[in-house]
Amino acid sequence: MLNAEQIKKLESLAKTIRVDILKMLNQASSGHTGGSLSTVEIIVSLYFYKMRHNPKDPAWSDRDRFVLSKGHGAPALYTVLARSGYFDLSELMNLRKLGSILQGHPDMKVTPGIDISTGSLGQGLSMANGMALALKLDKRPSRVYVLMGDGENQEGQIWEAAMAAAHYKLDNVCGIIDHNGLQIDGPVNEIMKIEPIADKWACFGWEVFRVNGHDFQEIISALDKAETVKNKPSLIVASTVKGKGVSFFEGKVEYHGIPPTNEELAKALVELGTKS
Amino acid sequence: MKLTGIREAYGETLAALGELYPEIVVLDADLSGSTKTSLFAKKFPDRFFNMGVAEQNLMGTAAGLAAGGKTVFASTFAIFASGRAWEQVRYSIVYNKLNVKIVASHGGVTVGEDGGSHQSAEDIAIMRVLPGMRVIVPMDGKEMQEVIKTVVKIPGPFYIRSSRVKFPLILGDDYKFELGKGKILREGKDISLIGCGLMVSHCLEAAETLAKEGIAARVVSLSTIKPIDEELLVDCSLNTCGIVTAEEHSVIGGLGSAVAEVLSEKSPTRIVRVGVQDKFGVSGSAPELLEYLGLKPGNIVKAARQIMEHRSQKTAPVV
Repeated sequence: MLNAEQIKKLESLAKTIRVDILKMLNQASSGHTGGSLSTVEIIVSLYFYKMRHNPKDPAWSDRDRFVLSKGHGAPALYTVLARSGYFDLSELMNLRKLGSILQGHPDMKVTPGIDISTGSLGQGLSMANGMALALKLDKRPSRVYVLMGDGENQEGQIWEAAMAAAHYKLDNVCGIIDHNGLQIDGPVNEIMKIEPIADKWACFGWEVFRVNGHDFQEIISALDKAETVKNKPSLIVASTVKGKGVSFFEGKVEYHGIPPTNEELAKALVELGTKS
Repeated sequence: MKLTGIREAYGETLAALGELYPEIVVLDADLSGSTKTSLFAKKFPDRFFNMGVAEQNLMGTAAGLAAGGKTVFASTFAIFASGRAWEQVRYSIVYNKLNVKIVASHGGVTVGEDGGSHQSAEDIAIMRVLPGMRVIVPMDGKEMQEVIKTVVKIPGPFYIRSSRVKFPLILGDDYKFELGKGKILREGKDISLIGCGLMVSHCLEAAETLAKEGIAARVVSLSTIKPIDEELLVDCSLNTCGIVTAEEHSVIGGLGSAVAEVLSEKSPTRIVRVGVQDKFGVSGSAPELLEYLGLKPGNIVKAARQIMEHRSQKTAPVV
């Protein structure tokens, strides 16, 4: 748990990271705005509170692993990695450019701190399970965190992997769903209903927690509780707002896959209390 | 000719290697009795993971284990390993250059009675198109043993095709597999017969028949389809009148295509591809299907004769 002052620090960091995300997306002229902004508090909680990791030694064997199964949220992860010290902040402005270490979707081959490549939806949990099995075989205490999209839960492979994680009692796996309710074509439950999503995971044998995905205290408390669960994997359903932090992006389907224009960026930075 | 089990050779070799390499883990998708990973599972139950009937998750989990430092062998039938989980193989494994050896049993059409649903005449094509993927189709049980012992020491992804049916034993005890190298099994100055898997033995049989007709055939096993032995192919094109390729696979995208790709650029020569002619298989026994789909030694003989008869003409023969 954290005290009020520590929480304030995380909130301030989240704001900085939103600014970074918007600037890098604007610079890249492409990328996923809505689903990056909705993940900020979750990824910040992991890298600045929960996970054991060392930016000076990204391959440290006993680190906790992170799998961004919803790989289109890469701008949020890249920003957090840069702010953690994995690479220079100036790299953020090379997002999606030819030769950049920051590919459109996370690529373990070129980006320090990326544990596995993701972006083709539905594949992350299986890979997280494999990492968790390897950690158990090697008797390492590390945990594997995997962040999925809610639309991503429409992929069949997610449910193959959900079944397997419970079967193999992978209590070192903690799934998190960024439940922002929107996908590219519209509201998730209009495109292909996934509810009752928490019940489905519970049915598959997971310990399920529900949190407000923008409330650090709630996220952190769930992450702490998940670590104490034994003999089964945990899942945190985080209710979020797509485009969170910028009023005119919030809850807007059309900002799934487009970056902010120069005008939108300027307006957004004012909202976030930054001028340039 | 003595027969050797391909999948048995895989299972036994893998179980033996398990002692030497504690980092080996093995995954299967409810077909361990058929693929013979069950032999490893029995010996090392803690390092064997049955993923159930879920091939996409099988490949993704294999990728995660490899990212965790394991040497992973992932097995199921060829049609499911290559086809059902193609995109997981592509992105989770090959894109990341992860250390996963996919050993796919029941390749080709000799799956037999199960029919077109379970036969795999497309796997070589869709695996070799993946950047950095290495594709091997062993010719007999001895070669399968050597291939497994070799690839365990080479990091990165492989696709290795195994088989339901037994193949004639071709190689001697002293055989050493070399990745990316074809092997001349019989010399001949007139024509080259290039095969992989079961079809290598058919090429040897065809060469015997051709010899009686006065045609001297060179027989080459091209077990590594990728990376391909360009040097040997060019040598075949320069030192014989033409090439017959033979594979238990579609003529589109497989061994024959790979040979044609190399030689059309490096040393154009006449090539006739013996293989499955753009059609699906049906139920039947393995020998019946080889006959039905035109994969017998006689088909290779016929293709060779036609090249020889037309060798002075500029236009290609029609088979």
